Amino acid sequence: MVDAIKVENVSKRYGDLQALNGVSFNIKQGEFFGLLGPNGAGKSTLISALAGLLKTDSGCLSVMGHDVVNEYRSARRSLGVVPQEIIMDPFFTVRETLEFQSGYYGVKNNASWIDELLEHLGLADKADKNMRQLSGGMKRRVLIAQALVHKPQVLVLDEPTAGVDVELRQSMWRFVRRLHREGHTIVLTTHYLEEAEELCDRIAIIDKGEVIALESKQDLLARGLGSKLLIRAKHDINDVPAPYKAALVRHEGVEIELTLNRDADSVMSILDGLRAAGIEIEYVSVLNDSLEDVFVRMTGSEPPVQLGSGEAGGES
Amino acid sequence: MNGLATYTLFKKEVKRWRKVWLQTVLAPVVTALLYLAVFGHVLEGRVEIFPGISYAAFLIPGLLMMSVIQNAFANTSSSLIQSKVMGSIIFVLLPPFSALEMFLAFIGAAVMRGLAVGVGVFLIALFYVKVPIDNFLVVLGFALLGSYVMGALGLIAGMWAEKFDQIAAFQSFLIVPLTFLSGVFYSINSLPPFWAYLSKFNPFFYMIDGFRYGFFGQSDQPVLFSFVVMLAAALLLTLVCVRMLAVGYKLRDA
Repeated sequence: MVDAIKVENVSKRYGDLQALNGVSFNIKQGEFFGLLGPNGAGKSTLISALAGLLKTDSGCLSVMGHDVVNEYRSARRSLGVVPQEIIMDPFFTVRETLEFQSGYYGVKNNASWIDELLEHLGLADKADKNMRQLSGGMKRRVLIAQALVHKPQVLVLDEPTAGVDVELRQSMWRFVRRLHREGHTIVLTTHYLEEAEELCDRIAIIDKGEVIALESKQDLLARGLGSKLLIRAKHDINDVPAPYKAALVRHEGVEIELTLNRDADSVMSILDGLRAAGIEIEYVSVLNDSLEDVFVRMTGSEPPVQLGSGEAGGES
Repeated sequence: MNGLATYTLFKKEVKRWRKVWLQTVLAPVVTALLYLAVFGHVLEGRVEIFPGISYAAFLIPGLLMMSVIQNAFANTSSSLIQSKVMGSIIFVLLPPFSALEMFLAFIGAAVMRGLAVGVGVFLIALFYVKVPIDNFLVVLGFALLGSYVMGALGLIAGMWAEKFDQIAAFQSFLIVPLTFLSGVFYSINSLPPFWAYLSKFNPFFYMIDGFRYGFFGQSDQPVLFSFVVMLAAALLLTLVCVRMLAVGYKLRDA
């Protein structure tokens, strides 16, 4: 089966900035693929190249087996792109916008699919409203509908939930999951790593124009990087035993949190050591690494945006 | 050639100017009529350029063509610069358009707007003075060629410009002077020889002169020559525009 997206040794330079440096990877049909990286890593440059919005200096890109330069018509028909910025044409209504976009792809008699998109994206009652009258979230939904109006096999979502409220985000993901279930290949770039962790099967991390990780989500999360061990004692822990001081992350009253190297440390031996030091243990929990922990460690960047304060837990 | 895609883009571009017809059609018609009222009144009876034809009647084809070409230029240039500045150009760049398809759609809409304004000016001018039409096909042919050429020039300006004021500069320093000095208000034969000679290098002169021939059967230059000049300009600009669209000049990041 032909790859949904094939990126082969793609490079792009803007003056002194090497935006992409020999990037290569494939995305299989039906995958939910995450493209992550800090700001300026090259994600949007790659998407623009894929969509034919810019020319690369070298390398090849193809969508569903069609080269994006030499077979641009077939490649673009196979691809739907939801751009990062909220863009609209202020002259037209929502329905007109979708009808035009459908016609641009040469799709005839598309009214029923347009109605379906309007319905699923909660835009049915806004269909005849001018684009200027819509809120930011609604405009974002129209952008998704525009990307899907020609029924592309591959859908690229470039930061689709930036600045979108929780309700819309959830309804949007329900719809995208449904598209994925129906066989669409989904490529997602997002700053919300929890979204990528929840949705994506496979993830590429790009940094400074290079792919620094390309693995299934499970492999990426289990890269031998440490988890954390949370221990709550019956009484205040006054002194953490010496062997564990180096691994101490947090110490607050009855609680201590230790870095845990899954390959080297044994939870049982740590607990035995603490008991031997006179600490009465009441509760133990292993905190797994989140994608964010992996991301920060690999890119050395500041953690990207949290979905919302209070949601960042990971305690199990 | 994807006919449906091209037609859809053409339809969208036409709908764009139709939705703001007060600004895109009525305003230029009113401007042309103000010119007609002021110049026609002031110069009526004092100047006779073609024997037996009043100055007001002489003026109408020039004003009409000026309105046609300025609006054809405005349509493509404003559509492109607006969509570039607002980012909505992406909706045209993502679909599988060929350069020729995009060109034909944009130019077609510019020609339609030029003709709409032209018809508006003509119909209202009829209340002011009766203008004969010697050869309707010549009138139509030059109106089509003029708006085509200016639509193409507007497309180039729209691709080149990055800000609205650059389009305004293009209009103020190139389009308007060349239009005013093309013989809209006079015959170049009434100019001193040097200026009359210089006018022949102004391509806009051939649009106005050939168009006027269609009304009166008289012109400063042989109408066939004007037609050939216009046709050559149309072909040249088509090649330039299609090439620029194909490489995505200032549209797709190089």
